[in-house]
Amino acid sequence: MSDAALAHGDNPTGFAHQFEDLEQQHDAGRMGMWIFLATEILFFGGMFTAYTVYRSLHPQAFLLGSHILEVKFGAINTAVLICSSFTMAMAIRSAQTGKRKGAIIGWLIPTMLLGATFLFLKFRFEWYHDYIEHTMPGFGFHYKPEWGAHAPQVQMFMCFYFFMTGLHALHMIVGIGILLVLTCMAARGRFTSQYYAPLEISGLYWHFVDIVWIFLFPLLYLIRY
Amino acid sequence: MSTTATVESLPNSSAEPQVNYLNARYGVKSWLLTLDHKRIGLLYLCTITFMFVVGGIAATMMRLNLLEPQGALVEPETYNKLFSTHGIVMVFFFLVPSIPATLGNFLIPLMIGARDVAFPRLNLLSWYIFVTGCLVMLYVVCTGGVDTGWTFYPPYSSAYAHTDVFLAAMAIFIAGFSSILTGMNFVVTIHKMRAPGMTWFRLPLFIWSLYATSVIFVLGTPVIAITLLLLGVERLLHAGIFDPALGGDPLLFQHMFWFYSHPAVYIMILPSMGVISELITAFSRKRIFGYSFVAFSSLAIAVISFLVWGHHMFVSGQGVYAGLVFSVLSFLVAIPSAVKVFNWTATLYKGSISYEAPMLYALGFIGLFTIGGLTGLFLASLSTDVHLNGTYFVVAHFHYVMVGGAVMAFMGGIHFWWPKITGRLYPDLWARFAALVIFVGFNLTFFPQFVLGYLGMPRRYAMYPAEFQALNVLSSAGASVLAVGYVIPLVYLIWSLKYGQVVGPNPFGAKGLEWTTQSPPLTENYVKTPIVTEEAYAYENAPEPEVARV
Amino acid sequence: MSSHPQSAAHGQPMVHEHIVPVSTYLAVFITLLIATGLTTWVAFQDLGNWNVVVALVIAVCKASLVVLFFMHAKYNKGLSRIVLVGAVFWLGIMITFTLADELTRHWQISPQPWAGAIIPVIHRLLF
Repeated sequence: MSDAALAHGDNPTGFAHQFEDLEQQHDAGRMGMWIFLATEILFFGGMFTAYTVYRSLHPQAFLLGSHILEVKFGAINTAVLICSSFTMAMAIRSAQTGKRKGAIIGWLIPTMLLGATFLFLKFRFEWYHDYIEHTMPGFGFHYKPEWGAHAPQVQMFMCFYFFMTGLHALHMIVGIGILLVLTCMAARGRFTSQYYAPLEISGLYWHFVDIVWIFLFPLLYLIRY
Repeated sequence: MSTTATVESLPNSSAEPQVNYLNARYGVKSWLLTLDHKRIGLLYLCTITFMFVVGGIAATMMRLNLLEPQGALVEPETYNKLFSTHGIVMVFFFLVPSIPATLGNFLIPLMIGARDVAFPRLNLLSWYIFVTGCLVMLYVVCTGGVDTGWTFYPPYSSAYAHTDVFLAAMAIFIAGFSSILTGMNFVVTIHKMRAPGMTWFRLPLFIWSLYATSVIFVLGTPVIAITLLLLGVERLLHAGIFDPALGGDPLLFQHMFWFYSHPAVYIMILPSMGVISELITAFSRKRIFGYSFVAFSSLAIAVISFLVWGHHMFVSGQGVYAGLVFSVLSFLVAIPSAVKVFNWTATLYKGSISYEAPMLYALGFIGLFTIGGLTGLFLASLSTDVHLNGTYFVVAHFHYVMVGGAVMAFMGGIHFWWPKITGRLYPDLWARFAALVIFVGFNLTFFPQFVLGYLGMPRRYAMYPAEFQALNVLSSAGASVLAVGYVIPLVYLIWSLKYGQVVGPNPFGAKGLEWTTQSPPLTENYVKTPIVTEEAYAYENAPEPEVARV
Repeated sequence: MSSHPQSAAHGQPMVHEHIVPVSTYLAVFITLLIATGLTTWVAFQDLGNWNVVVALVIAVCKASLVVLFFMHAKYNKGLSRIVLVGAVFWLGIMITFTLADELTRHWQISPQPWAGAIIPVIHRLLF
C-alpha cells in the first residue's frame, strides 16, 4: 500500500529507474494509490453489504444495538478525523508550495496526534467500556433483558460494530505508521515542490480512512428511530 | 516494430556469452531480492508448479479411490480432505496466479516496451505474500487438511467442521493480497509505461486480456478477503453472522463468495484467451480477425462476469426471481466468449498454419473451451441446472474450462515463450507428443464425467453405486494418461535448460515487441526504448522463423 | 472501468499541479464540521424511514467534499475519477444484486391472472 509511495525514495530526488521522468513516476504512483483505494472500497464494501442485508432483516435489533453506543464519542471522533484530514491536506500543500521542512512537519505531527486521539478515545472510552459492560461479542457477551427476543441479533450488530470499527482502527494504525515515515523523510529534507509524491499518495490513503469513518458514524451510531 | 527489430539487432556473435537477466547476477540472494519482473515471473513459475504438483497428487488419490464403488484407497473423511485440498490449491494457488503472475509478469513490460513494471518492489512483495499464503496452506494440508470443499459454505464451515477451516481461509486471505498487488501493478503499468507509439489499439491482445483480468483482481479480490474474514470471525465468535438460528443468513456468504469467485473463473480464463490470440496469429502467420472485437470482448467478459454469480445458487434457497435474473444475465457471458472463438477460427481461415507444440495446445484450447463453454449454458438455464447441479456434470464442465482451457493455454504459452525466457528450445517432437497425450488424457478423464453427471452421480462423494464403475474406471485411466502428459514437459523443459538448442531472439518469426530484444532479454529489457510504428500482428512483414515449420 | 484509448504516456508535457488555496481548504473543513453537527442533530428528530436517508445523503455529501477537495479529484481529471466511480459502481452491483435476492426471497411464484389469459395466446401463435 504505502510502498507504492515510499518504495522509490532511494536517491535524493526519489527517482526510480523504470520511469522516463519524475512526472510519469508521480502519475503512476497516484494512479496506483487510487486503484488501491478502489480495492479498499470493495473491501469495506463487503461489510457494508452484509450490514445492509442484516439491517433490513433485523431493523429493531439494530436500533437496540445502536443505543448501546454513545453518540457523543462517535461525533467527537468524526470531528477529530475531519481535523486530521484538514491538517494532512495542509501538509501536502506546504510541500507543493515549497515551504521549509519545518512547515511540513508542523502539519504532519498534528495529523498524527489527531489520529492517535481518535484511537485513544475509541479504545479507552468505547471498546473498554463495552468490555466492562459485557457488550463485546466473544468476551463474555451478556444478553440484556430489555432486548427480549432480539438479543441474538443485537449481538450480531455489536459484532458488526467491532468488526467494522476494528478494521477501520487497523487502517488508522497503518496510517499513523506511514505518517511517521513521512515525518522522518520530511525531517531529512526529502520533499520539494517538485517531489512530494509520497506525501500526496499517503494523503489519499489518510483521507480515504476518514471517508470510511464518515459512513460508519451514521450507520452505527445514528440509528435512533 | 519492424524498424525496431533492426535497431535492436544485437551483438549475436555466439562466441562470447551475452549478458542477460539470467547471468547478470548470480546467487540465491540475487533471486530472492530481485526487482526484475522477469526473475519474479520465474519465482512465481517455480512456486505455482510446486503447488500444481500438490494439487495434482490430491487429484490422483481421488481418482484412485474412485476406481471402486466402495472406495479403493482412503476413508471417506480423508476423501473430503482430498477434494478440498485439490480445489483450494488448484484454484487459489495455481490457476489464479498461473498466467498473470508468470507469463504476465515476464511479458507485460517486454510487450509494451517498458524497462519494468510500475512498482517493482510491490511486485516482489506480492511474491512473498503469495509464498506466505502457500506455506500456511501447506501447513494446513500437512496437519490434517480441511474438509469443507473449496467453497467454505457455512454453516458447515462456520459451526460444524472440525478441521482447520480458519487457517485455510487465512491462507486464501493472504494469497488474495498478492493478487491485489499484481492487479494494481499491471493496470498502472499498462496505463503509464507504454513505449512511444504503443497506443491502446496497437497493444497485443494478451495485454488487453491481462488488463481485463487485473480489473477483476482489483475489484473482486477484496470481497473474498472480507468474506473469509467474516467467516473467520463467525467461526471464532459464533456471533451468528451466518447462523440462521441467530438471525444470520448462510446464503449471504454464498452471495459474497461468488461475487468474487465467479469473476475469478474469468481471472483464470481471460489470460488464457490472451495467450491463444498470440499463438493463433503466430502460427497461422496472419493478423487477428477483428482486433477490436477481441479486445473489447475481454473487457465485456470482465464486466459481465460480475453480474452472474447467482447461477451458482439456483438450488441453494435463493429467491426465485433473483434466480431468473441471474439465469438471463448468465447467458450474456456467452456472447463475448463466442466472439473470441469465432474470431480465432476466422483468423485460422486461409492462414499459413503450422503445427508446432504451442499451436497444438492452442487448437486443443479452442475445442475444449468450446465444449466447456457450451455446457456452461446448460448450467445457466434455471431448469436444467436443477437436474445437473451438484453432479459430475458440473465437475466436467469447469474442468473443461479450467484444465482444457486455462491449463492448456498456460502450457501453450510456456512453450511459446520458453525460448524467450531461457534462450533455448525444447525438443519439439517430445513437446508435440506431450501435447497430444495431454489432450487425449484430458478427454478420457473428463468426458465420462459429463455422462456420469447426467446419469446423476453427485460430486464430492467417496463412494458411488456400482452401476457407475465402468465410467469411473475410464475416468481414472484418463487421469493416469493426463498425469504422464504433465510429467513429460516437466522433464524435457528442465532438460532443455542445459541441453536445449540455443536460439536467437525470434525463433518462431513472431511479431510483437518482446521478440525484437535478445533472448534471454537484458535485465533492463531494451538497450534503448523502442518506438512502435505499426499495429499488432502485422504478419505480412514478419521475419522468417529460425526453426523449421512443421 | 477505464478503458478509453489515450496516447502513450511517455514524454507527455505535464501541466503543473493545481495548488488549492488555503481558503478553500478552510471552507471545506468548516462545512464538514457543520455537516457532522447537522447529521447528529437530525438523527434525534423522528423522521421515520427518512432518518436513514438523510443520514446517508449527508454522509455522501461529506465524502464527496473530501474526495473532491482534500483528495484533489476536482482538479485531477480522468483516471482517478474513473477508478473511483468504477469502484462505487461495483459496490452498487454487489449490494443491489444481493438485496435483489434477500428482499424477494419470500415471494412465491403464483399464477398471475394475466398469465392465464396470455399463455394460450402464445401457445396458439407458436404451435
